[in-house]
Amino acid sequence: MSLEQIIFYVFAAILVFSASMVITVRNPVHAALNLVLAFFASAALWLMLEAEFLAITLVLVYVGAVMVLFLFVVMMLDVNIAAIREGFIRYLPIGIVTALLIIAVMAMVVGGDYFQLDQMPAPTPHGADYSNTKELGMLLYTVYVYPFEIASVVLVVAIIAAIALTLRRRPGTKYQNIDAQVAARSVDRVRVVKMKSEERK
Amino acid sequence: MIDTLLSIYQSWPEWFQFLSFTVVKILAIVVPISLGVAYLTLAERKVIGFVQVRIGPNRVGPRGLLQPIADAVKLMFKEIIIPTGANRYLFLLAPVLTLGPALVAWAVVPFTDSMVLSNIDASLLFILAITSLGVYGVIIAGWASNSKYAFLGALRSSAQIVSYEIAMGFALVCVLMAAGSLNLVEIVEAQQGSVLHWFWIPLLPMFVVYFLSGLAETNRAPFDVAEGESEIVAGFHVEYSGMAFSIFFLAEYANMMLISLLTALMFLGGWLSPFEWILSDELLNGSGVVSLLLGDGIHWLLLKTCFFLFLFLWFRATFPRYRYDQIMRLGWKVFIPITIVWILVLGGLILAGVPPWFDAA
Repeated sequence: MSLEQIIFYVFAAILVFSASMVITVRNPVHAALNLVLAFFASAALWLMLEAEFLAITLVLVYVGAVMVLFLFVVMMLDVNIAAIREGFIRYLPIGIVTALLIIAVMAMVVGGDYFQLDQMPAPTPHGADYSNTKELGMLLYTVYVYPFEIASVVLVVAIIAAIALTLRRRPGTKYQNIDAQVAARSVDRVRVVKMKSEERK
Repeated sequence: MIDTLLSIYQSWPEWFQFLSFTVVKILAIVVPISLGVAYLTLAERKVIGFVQVRIGPNRVGPRGLLQPIADAVKLMFKEIIIPTGANRYLFLLAPVLTLGPALVAWAVVPFTDSMVLSNIDASLLFILAITSLGVYGVIIAGWASNSKYAFLGALRSSAQIVSYEIAMGFALVCVLMAAGSLNLVEIVEAQQGSVLHWFWIPLLPMFVVYFLSGLAETNRAPFDVAEGESEIVAGFHVEYSGMAFSIFFLAEYANMMLISLLTALMFLGGWLSPFEWILSDELLNGSGVVSLLLGDGIHWLLLKTCFFLFLFLWFRATFPRYRYDQIMRLGWKVFIPITIVWILVLGGLILAGVPPWFDAA
């Protein structure tokens, strides 16, 4: 076994382990942390595929930002696990059907005629001066520029929609007017009175 | 002596040679960082002492120079107390998760054009990704302590880190636009010419935004509400003692050094000599001691880094602490709009090929 294979199997084992921990662990905070580990391991696998830009972006976006917000929510909510487990038997048939469907779809995509070794040969390793980032940028801003722009517009719409849906102003809440605070001048607030000292009585 | 050592080295198998050489290089980076952290704490106490017209520590060793060693010994012999109801494993994992990213980021930092542990293509992106992992140590420490003060401190601190990371990322986008590369060595080489060629002029707002965001990222004064001792005791690390606490300390100071070094690399020309173009070529690139001192070299990088580290300490001694909502306002409503506007301005400057920075391409 070459060194590359050993590294691959180590990270793959970590990935499978942490992914199964995500759905079996009882404590939701532990589950979220295992998900972080899963992202990290898959980023390492992507690095081995010479997709360094995607790998680093996965760490930057999902591990560095998305999962932090996840953890925030999970930590602050007092999740009652017993209440979640209540409907387990009742929802089990639907769950099994969904799982089987997902397995079938994945088997069609991965195991079928599309990703076999003769269709998808192992990529030829590039030299040290090959820049995955540059290649990706070239494709994204030339061939796929319109889909890219449309995707970004969709994302902006989603951001605005999420804010508009969750933003509610309760009447009677007190806000600080920062502009007024910044614009405050001492002469408007303090009056310096000059007077002669009075004699003690 | 050297010959025998060399022959022993050459008798090892090739992978072991590579491995041992890399470990030596890693040690050559990590040991100076640890020493730097130790003496940065002394420098901090001395500088703040002088700002406040005091002397600072002067009892241990000549002029107090052994004070950091005494502190380290004291911390090592203290008991590590694990609070009742704390999550034991996560409680002990948190300091490691804070220190790890703070040290890993140094793997891609160049000290001169050839002195770099791993000269990868996307080193700027790598640093951004790795430093964004530091927030996990903070969150986990606050949650695993099973203490309300620690939890509140962790929430404050991580919200602040996540917010300022955006401004920081946009500032880095400007740097890579100006340099046309994500590689830190190439970013420094793009600033060659003179002091006026360095990126601090075309990227002046980004320079300020990046350094202040770095201040907020490392939870230093005046943005240190995360540990605001008057409100929440010491923030996320209230419950830590002994070595576990000192690892948080080590990570904070290593991060300060990293931010200072990166600012020097990206905006002040890194290891480039400030005398370029002013002094004659033979004086700079000759072989004597004079050109060794005046020409490009690691000493310039270290000098610039020390300048920024001094700014860290100076700010701490000078400014009162920001209020929490004002920190959030500064990050989201001031810094992020400035960076976005400057990306557009910079795009215009590059398109117009404004000399002396963007006329080469």
